[in-house]
Amino acid sequence: MNGNVIVIGAGIAGMEAAGQLAKAGYLVTLLEKEEEAGGHLNNWYHLFPDRRNGDEVIKYLKDQIDNDNITFLNGTRIDNLEKSKKEFIIKTNRAKEICADAIVVATGFDLFRSERKEEYGYGIYDNVITSVDLEKMFREGDISLINGNVPNTIGMVHCVGSRDEKVGNPYCSKLCCVTAVKQAIEIRENIPESKVFCFYMDMRMGGALYEELYMEAQEKYGINFIRGKVSEVGESFNHKLIVKVEDTLAGRPLKMEIDLLVLMAGMEISEGSKKTGKLLGLKTGENRFFQSRDNHYGSNLSNIDGVFYAGTCTSPMNISETISHARAAVLEVMDYLKNDRK
Amino acid sequence: MIGNNMDKFGYSISKGRQINYEANDRKIAEYIYENEPSFRLCIECGGCSATCTTGNLTKFSLRELFVLIKRGENDQIWQNLKKCMLCGKCTLVCPRGVNTRNIVVLARQAFQKSNDYAI
Amino acid sequence: MNAEGKKRIWSEYQKEIANDHYFYVRSCIRQSFFPGSEQFFLNLMRNILGKDVYENPAHTTCTGIGYHSDIVPLSTIMTVIARHFALMKESGYKNIAISCVTSFGLYTEILETWKHFPEELEKTREYLFKATGREFDIPENVAHSSDIIFKFRNEIALKAKNLLINKKTGEPLNIVEHIGCHYAKMFPKSGVGGAEFPNVLSGMVQAWGGKVIDYPERRHCCGFGFRQYLVQANRGYSVSNTAKKFTSMKPYKPDMVLTNCPGCTMFMDKWQFTIKEMEGTSFGENGESIPVLTYEELAGLVLGYNPWDLGLQYHMVQSEPLLKKMGIEFDSADKYKTKDGRQMPIPENLINA
Repeated sequence: MNGNVIVIGAGIAGMEAAGQLAKAGYLVTLLEKEEEAGGHLNNWYHLFPDRRNGDEVIKYLKDQIDNDNITFLNGTRIDNLEKSKKEFIIKTNRAKEICADAIVVATGFDLFRSERKEEYGYGIYDNVITSVDLEKMFREGDISLINGNVPNTIGMVHCVGSRDEKVGNPYCSKLCCVTAVKQAIEIRENIPESKVFCFYMDMRMGGALYEELYMEAQEKYGINFIRGKVSEVGESFNHKLIVKVEDTLAGRPLKMEIDLLVLMAGMEISEGSKKTGKLLGLKTGENRFFQSRDNHYGSNLSNIDGVFYAGTCTSPMNISETISHARAAVLEVMDYLKNDRK
Repeated sequence: MIGNNMDKFGYSISKGRQINYEANDRKIAEYIYENEPSFRLCIECGGCSATCTTGNLTKFSLRELFVLIKRGENDQIWQNLKKCMLCGKCTLVCPRGVNTRNIVVLARQAFQKSNDYAI
Repeated sequence: MNAEGKKRIWSEYQKEIANDHYFYVRSCIRQSFFPGSEQFFLNLMRNILGKDVYENPAHTTCTGIGYHSDIVPLSTIMTVIARHFALMKESGYKNIAISCVTSFGLYTEILETWKHFPEELEKTREYLFKATGREFDIPENVAHSSDIIFKFRNEIALKAKNLLINKKTGEPLNIVEHIGCHYAKMFPKSGVGGAEFPNVLSGMVQAWGGKVIDYPERRHCCGFGFRQYLVQANRGYSVSNTAKKFTSMKPYKPDMVLTNCPGCTMFMDKWQFTIKEMEGTSFGENGESIPVLTYEELAGLVLGYNPWDLGLQYHMVQSEPLLKKMGIEFDSADKYKTKDGRQMPIPENLINA
């Protein structure tokens, strides 16, 4: 009716943006490199802070994009992208040429590759896993060690790949603390006799109902919190993991044997975002995420007219923030298209 | 020959400062958790230690004491516990509603009950 | 333990090691404490592998021990090292082979410093020229001598006479490897395999048939720590570190410790004697202590050289239990004889002998 929009990425932000644009009467082409829409949410079982099932949110989003105004192209990779006057022309492996008046970049984040923190031995020691691996175990209802035994002592390492200059990520990924607390509670629910230890630098529980969840974890579930960054992981003679950390509040180094160690992997701008950014010439900030035109009132605006950001390609966000950000992107697109593309 | 290292060598082998979690006995902590569950809510903010009369005049930190109890570093705790005057100011300031005064009382009880520390 | 995970890490730390024509710089202390090591390195390189290794008689200490004990200033040690580069240039060599991990750490650190602070490089050029009239080039390739043995480990394996296998049981020997702090902790990229899961010594052990032990205090310091040892009042820290390491490795029943660094070899060897004297503790099986060998000594044993020609008798912990396990024949009567057959004094209270 009043314009064609391409949304790149069918994760939470892309699906929500596509849905809202379609409802407003725009014709949307939603591109996704994977077969399935949903992005990282597909790997998540229960969500913080209320521990609802992630599938409910996926269902909401899938209903959103079930709209005649939306063409969903999965398994799609962008080969070429050009701006000609005010029109964008995209060539992909699936459709020859798609033309659009505006683009919403919703290319999201990748999880930090935990093997880069060599000292934690991910990929080397059998029972060192990531938060995503654990979520899969929750979904399958089977939390077990490599030998099939049920873990008794579980450690959660916060800030893996976040607030870490050594891996080039000085920023906080914001969601790992609350994820650790949520997962610690779920471990205790699944294995009531287990002991869970969170190794943290600071507890950053800055979201609605996060601090309450933290208190619940302490009081109701008896989760132990030890303030200190894990410095190295090894294996003991009886094949348990040995964690070395400073108990900074005791002012002493501490070592502990752990059956299962969960690394709370942080967020980085995704490889897909990097490729898209390169094709479009998008600016990135110091943290390598896309740089918005204004931090306060222009977080959806890119350095290129007609290209808008939605979601975690600009910074780490939780689901509610991502959905709000996607809706805000839609308002910016409408403003751009209705008011003569200024 | 053995045991006279300082005389013979001028130095000796030290035990190390590392807390060996598995080697420690956390009975005292367990007793407190059971009888004063608010002990679990402590986030080690140090409000209690800042207001503590004893801590301002002698080397005594209630916050640190709580950590050491949780880790089972019992030998360090017992002598320190006696310094508290049970005035209750710490409980007044605690932002998490931890009954800090009762924790000191319970810790003393637990030490008395423990054979290792009974007077 | 997942071996593939380690291989992935190793693939990220593939270091370029020159193939031939090395300018060799020795260690100060190895020549006195483990005198067969450097000698055998030269023999191995020149006579067995057919490589060109050059030593310049004007070469001196790197002054590393003086530097780490705050006696030698940074500008001085930079100039000393620059002088070695000048000797190398004058002799027509571009690849440096360094025998000592302390020196290796300093060479890499100084080269890195010059990269970031070119004005320091210019100052060093000026100091050296004023003091000696010499000029130098930055080496094209910097390798520790263990890097070079690592590079040729498979060639050595092909010529092996004794594998790292217990001849009686047929099982691989349990070997603790210790790379030393200054080999890769400062610059993981300058070590083979990086710093967390190093491959330089473990690669030799595996190529020669042994099994590497991963024990909890694998990354811990040997106990040398320079000023921890050099000041007598601090030696308790030194020996305590060694005790911590050996206590951690003891349950794995190591047959030997393989070391990279002169300091580590010395302290892991000699402190075992001290700890035994102090507390009556020994860390090997049957009340024995654990032999600590350098990589050259081990290469020598693998290639079938006489243990007494390799200098194993000059260690504090004697290697006889290891030699027996490997099925190496030796004559105890020759142990303290000179090349021309004269009897030297025999030390008392030898451990393991």
